[in-house]
Amino acid sequence: MVSVPNVDRAAVAPPPGPFRSRMKKRLGPDIDGYGFLLPATIVMVSLVVYPFCLAVWFSVSDAFVGEPASYVGLENFIYILTEDDIFIETIWNTLLFAFWSVLFKVVLGLSCALLLQRILKLRRFFRGSVLLPFVAPTALSTLGWWLILDPTYSHINWILANVWPFSYFGWGPYNFLGNPTLAMASVIFVNIWRGIPFFIITILAGLMAIPDHLYDAAEIDGASTWRKFYSITLPLLRPVLAIIILFSTIFTLGEFNIIYVLTRGGPMNSTHLFSTYSFTYGILNHEIALGAAVALFLFPILVVIVVFLLRMVRRDTSHEL
Amino acid sequence: MSSDTTTLTGSTGREVGVNKVPIWRRRKAAANYIALLPYVFFALFPFYIMGITSIKTDEEINNLGQSPFWATGIATEHYVYLANNTSFFNHWFVNTLIVTVAVTIISVSIGTLAAYALARLRFRGVEVFGVAVFITYLIPQTLLFIPLIDVINTIDEVVPIRDTYWSLILTYPTFLIPFVTWLLMGYFKTIPVEVEECAYLDGCSRLGALIRVVLPMAIPGIMCAILFSITLSWNELLYSLVFIQNETAKTISVGVITELIRGDIYYWGSLMAACFIGALPIIMIYGFFMDYFTSGLTAGAIK
Repeated sequence: MVSVPNVDRAAVAPPPGPFRSRMKKRLGPDIDGYGFLLPATIVMVSLVVYPFCLAVWFSVSDAFVGEPASYVGLENFIYILTEDDIFIETIWNTLLFAFWSVLFKVVLGLSCALLLQRILKLRRFFRGSVLLPFVAPTALSTLGWWLILDPTYSHINWILANVWPFSYFGWGPYNFLGNPTLAMASVIFVNIWRGIPFFIITILAGLMAIPDHLYDAAEIDGASTWRKFYSITLPLLRPVLAIIILFSTIFTLGEFNIIYVLTRGGPMNSTHLFSTYSFTYGILNHEIALGAAVALFLFPILVVIVVFLLRMVRRDTSHEL
Repeated sequence: MSSDTTTLTGSTGREVGVNKVPIWRRRKAAANYIALLPYVFFALFPFYIMGITSIKTDEEINNLGQSPFWATGIATEHYVYLANNTSFFNHWFVNTLIVTVAVTIISVSIGTLAAYALARLRFRGVEVFGVAVFITYLIPQTLLFIPLIDVINTIDEVVPIRDTYWSLILTYPTFLIPFVTWLLMGYFKTIPVEVEECAYLDGCSRLGALIRVVLPMAIPGIMCAILFSITLSWNELLYSLVFIQNETAKTISVGVITELIRGDIYYWGSLMAACFIGALPIIMIYGFFMDYFTSGLTAGAIK
């Protein structure tokens, strides 16, 4: 896997002392590798691993802002699971949000990538435009959507009221962010908008990796476009699709920005996800313990996905894209 | 399509004769462009709305009978308001810039060292480190923001970092270092080892070989890492929202959300102007270096 320079380093480096050579025997020929990893390790241990352990400790304590915490066992988890209806709703919201978002992102991302692959002129323009939602600051672009979905100023309501043929039906005006169902649909919609580029770009790379001669052969055999897609493109794209679906699921489950800007979890807690609900507990209500417990519910899901991902990445190490 | 050598030119019949492209092929190619238009429209729509709303006068914005999709003139009043009445330019913009530059330098240097060790060097535990990087890359901020407040408070007792951009400079590398490491690991593996071997024979140390030989060859990969660090730190919201309350210490995203949205009447003009200006630097960088972004996104996700 890892290729290693096979230079006889003893010939160029000063002769190693007995300690150094003994360490080399035990730890491998490139012990300076530990030094290269030291800065990253310090940062990650002190600012990721330690806080993570702290989060676990908070979740089994009665931590509250400004007060010393003591151990309470699984009380917090039992409380949010049995007495907190909003948390149960949050679990369903998160599953609903992730399922519809990822589903639409796959379908729209795949279709857009297939189209982008077929065009020859203005490639940069088309690619550049469809990828823009991904690089622009999410909080700010979501504020743009906030105006578009505002009950009074909504551009969508304006179209429904003033543009034929929509005006004929007399639909609207809708209060997109004020109605629980519409609010959920709206945050999913904006999440799809922001997530499609990630799918487009990875699927495009996957499409490039499919050798041309397969399509040529299929054409000689008289295969239709649909048949080529179904029998060549889709099966060869499957590993790439599986990996990005898992990646996207992780990021979608942890989504915060879009919800916070558009609805802050409302109306009537109908759009709370783990992140915003944990924020409500931990930051707004100062209930650090409950906030940590809510956020930790993400962890088991995360572990399952990471295990899947690692297996796939390892199996595909030879699969260069 | 591989066999599709069509060039989509104007509708003059002459090109067909010259290129011998059958008419049905050209129709098919044109259909692809038409099918792509809704995607382009969808992707650009909120940016267009931001831009057009920011140059309308308040009267025009509040005139609900008029089409909201077009402006009758160009009004600069909202931009002037941002400059004169808010901390947008003199504090939030400057803070975001400082944090972005500092965090990018820190994360890319630390990430480069780690990536080189993981991609090239042979020592016990190298696999474990690789997996650890991957896992930390996937831990969401949602899981860490509450305990990180505690960490920042602890550090604050020694060095004052609470409620300043230093808390962001400290915490942003937590999501950038794993990303940069992962990205560059894939990149370093594509560089032939033979050049490094020559450097060793010429008496270079490990670090010397990395800086003098490997880095110059890895410039596209490093560029990509830099661009992503800039984008991700510029766009971050959760940490800066949680760690900073002082109005003059805020970053653009947080400042706009917490200070420009006041009461029940929204000042859409200045709000959209702020969004537009706040997104502009990233959009411009993206416009110039688009190819690096696309290659990085692919490598970061797949390799």
